[in-house]
Amino acid sequence: MSSERLDIRTSDDVVRVRQLTRTLALKAGLSLVDQTKVITAASELARNTLDYGGGGFVLAELIEGAGRHGVRLTFEDQGPGIQDVEVAMKDGFTSGKGMGLGLGGARRLSNEFFIHSKPGEGTKVTIARWK
Amino acid sequence: MDRIPILKFGNALLVTIQVDMHDRLATALEEDLTAKIVEYNAKGVLIDISALEIVDSFIGRMLDNIAAVSRILDADTVVVGMRPAVAITLVELGLSLTGVKTALNVERGMELIKARLRTTESEEDDVEQ
Repeated sequence: MSSERLDIRTSDDVVRVRQLTRTLALKAGLSLVDQTKVITAASELARNTLDYGGGGFVLAELIEGAGRHGVRLTFEDQGPGIQDVEVAMKDGFTSGKGMGLGLGGARRLSNEFFIHSKPGEGTKVTIARWK
Repeated sequence: MDRIPILKFGNALLVTIQVDMHDRLATALEEDLTAKIVEYNAKGVLIDISALEIVDSFIGRMLDNIAAVSRILDADTVVVGMRPAVAITLVELGLSLTGVKTALNVERGMELIKARLRTTESEEDDVEQ
C-alpha cells in the first residue's frame, strides 16, 4: 500500500498535509463527510506538530484490513513532549495560542487514535479513519 | 504577498475565501477587514466560505476574531455558504462558533445584515423624536 512522508516545518506544510490526506482519503474511497473529518483531524495534528512540537513529520498511509480501505496518519516530533496526556486530551486545554481542541477534536474525528509522549523526548500521534 | 479581495456591497463588505488559508493570509485578512470597516463605515461583513473544504480550529478562531473585532466596530459578521460536511465536522471537533452569525447563502446573509440596519435606523429615529 502506498505511503508518503512529509516534513512539517512551516504553516505551508500544514496545507500540504491536508492536500496529501485528501488524496489518500479519495483513494481509500471515504465518503465526503469522512474525508472532511480526517482532513480536519490531520490539519489539527499537523498544527500541533508545528506549534508545540517545534516541527516534525507525518507519515501518511493507505491501509487495508478486513476487506476495507482506510487512511492512517502518524505525526511525530522531537519537541518538549506532553507532561500529562490525560489533561492535554481535554477540550479547552492549551499550552499556547490555540483553542485547545486539537487533540480531543482529532480523536473524535478519527476511528482510531493513539498517542505516545514523553517529556523532553517528543510526541507521536497516530490516527486512522476507515471506509 | 497574497491578499484576499474585499468587495464593498452597499453598507456591507463581502469576502469570498477561495484558497486554502494559511496563517499569514488569515492575519492579513483580519487586518484588511478591520481597516475597510472603518474606511467604508461598513455595518456588515459577509464571509463566503462555500469554497472551503474544511474549517479547522485555526480558521474557526479567525472567523471568531473577525466577528469580535467587527462587533466592536459596530458591524455584524455573517458567515455564509458552509458545506454540510464541514458543519458536521465542526460540531464533532467541538467548535460551535458561538460569536458568529451564519446563513445558508450570500442572499440570506445580506438579508440578515439589512434587517439589522433597518432596526438600527428605526432606533435612531426614535431617539431623534
